[in-house]
Amino acid sequence: MLAFSPTPASALPSAPQGDAGGGPGAAPFVKLDGVSLSYGGPEGLKALSNTHMAIEKGRFVAVVGPSGCGKSSLMKLVTGLLPPTEGSISVGGAKVAGPLKIVGMAFQNPTLLPWRPLLSNVMLPLEIVQPHRTRLRAHKAEYLRKARDLLETVGLGEFEDKFPWMLSGGMQQRANLCRSLIHDPDLLMLDEPFGALDAFTREELWGVLQEVWMERRFTCILVTHDLREAAFLADTIYVMSARPGTIIAKHEVDLPRPRTVDSTFEPRFVDLVHTIRSQIAQVRNEAKQAAKAKAS
Amino acid sequence: MSPNSRRNMERLAPWVVTIGLLLIWQAVVMVFQIEPFVMPAPTAIFEAFLQYRDSILIHAWHTMVSTLLGFVLGIVVGLLLGIFIGSSRLVYAGLYPVLIGFNSVPKVAMVPVLVLWLGIGQPTAVATAFLLCFFPIAVNVATGLATVEPELEDVLRSLGASRTDILLKVGLPRAMPYFFASLKVAITLAFVGAVISETLASNDGIGYLMIQASSQFRVPLMFAGLAVIAAMGVVTYLFFAVIERRMTGWAVRGQNLAPGGGG
Ligand SMILES: Nc1ncnc2c1ncn2[C@@H]1O[C@H](COP(=O)(O)OP(=O)(O)O)[C@@H](O)[C@H]1O
Ligand SMILES: [Mg+2]
Repeated sequence: MLAFSPTPASALPSAPQGDAGGGPGAAPFVKLDGVSLSYGGPEGLKALSNTHMAIEKGRFVAVVGPSGCGKSSLMKLVTGLLPPTEGSISVGGAKVAGPLKIVGMAFQNPTLLPWRPLLSNVMLPLEIVQPHRTRLRAHKAEYLRKARDLLETVGLGEFEDKFPWMLSGGMQQRANLCRSLIHDPDLLMLDEPFGALDAFTREELWGVLQEVWMERRFTCILVTHDLREAAFLADTIYVMSARPGTIIAKHEVDLPRPRTVDSTFEPRFVDLVHTIRSQIAQVRNEAKQAAKAKAS
Repeated sequence: MSPNSRRNMERLAPWVVTIGLLLIWQAVVMVFQIEPFVMPAPTAIFEAFLQYRDSILIHAWHTMVSTLLGFVLGIVVGLLLGIFIGSSRLVYAGLYPVLIGFNSVPKVAMVPVLVLWLGIGQPTAVATAFLLCFFPIAVNVATGLATVEPELEDVLRSLGASRTDILLKVGLPRAMPYFFASLKVAITLAFVGAVISETLASNDGIGYLMIQASSQFRVPLMFAGLAVIAAMGVVTYLFFAVIERRMTGWAVRGQNLAPGGGG
């Protein structure tokens, strides 16, 4: 199914993606410096505290942590949808001061538009993001081919005329992925995109996502509470504590790619998942004991 | 029972019920020998309709025109107001109590005020029809706009979408089923408004005709007027029901056939 996209990438006005990875000395693409977030002012509910992250261009990063620890809040901070209460965030060398204009995003809920067929759903970002927005009408054929190629890559080639309600949850999520990538974003944010799918479909989509990423090498931040998912997909895993969330550990995953479902049963993979799991359990216990000590 | 015959029964049911009710009515009037000036039988009403057909149709046309003018105004204002309320929390907070208060005033009580401004006749009927029908449209459009998923809004905003972009690409299409559903309600309310105004301040229209008939104790004619209003209401309602189904089929199909999550 690994269809190599024949799109002449040079013909499209996408940002350069060649220098994926960057050197060890290169400035990080996404940088969080002592970031805190409180909902409802500085005295309100603290969702995130003193978080530091540095993500190099072209890396696949996963953020794992228990439910409610502030993962979605972190996504909103990085994309500029929320301003941080303290600290600063920069993306691509520029300080984030409002919604970024080119980020691809996908959530657990596919949110496809029910009145549009799949192809036109996938092309929605092109109607919004510059410079595609002004070029769309004149270069319709070129963009149509691009969208069709992308649908083909995720195995939805024959469904472009179908409406979202005619598709299964897994197929909708594939289309959602296409929609988040159609404008060649430099940064892709995924917030538990496979959380609502059954185990088989989920593992299948890990493969699809990995394939697309290996082909295009955009910077990707994946938020998940599934440790196996994080270990399968990511180069780097950040582990977050319970609320108020902060980064408590960072693991490099140096397993070779492409990873397959079989590689998730290899000892190195299992060990890694095991280490992270016990780390989270330990932090939880400590938090519980601290709370108990406070109460008594 | 085969699905086909079930569908046939569904199609026949409204006719059966309507005719059945008319038959019962006829029977009750005949058995208890109710006088025609208290409650005329359907046959007597039909006779009155035939007798005064020309005059009834002229007045009905007048009512129809007032209703539709008020309705069109109601659509324009209701749509704009709904977009206004639905796309800004501040406007919502500020305007909602005022609108609720306005909607609680019985519109009959406003007819004298309208007469003061617009005089007796069609403008007042149009205005009353408008006042009754714009509210459900506005509320429904605002509700529809509020159903846009916050995640989708995040996706679009991080692509650099402006508020207008989000409104045009997602908000309005998403609100269309609510809008078209409200039209069915609004058109019947517009009829109510027009007829009320005609009974109080007009020399034309079905409402005026009924007041005339009442003052002359021509009860069958009054009932014929009522029947014509009801018929116009049903026909316009059905018209907008069909339009609704045409325009927003995706909403209905989506609900009936949406697959559950998973594979
Ligand atoms: N808009 C909001 N207003 C107030 N509290 C919020 C809001 N969004 C999230 N929270 C709270 O912040 C915490 C972190 O939320 P979230 O980032 O969604 O966590 P996660 O995605 O890891 O489950 C939760 O306790 C949640 O209740
Ligand atoms: Mg979340």
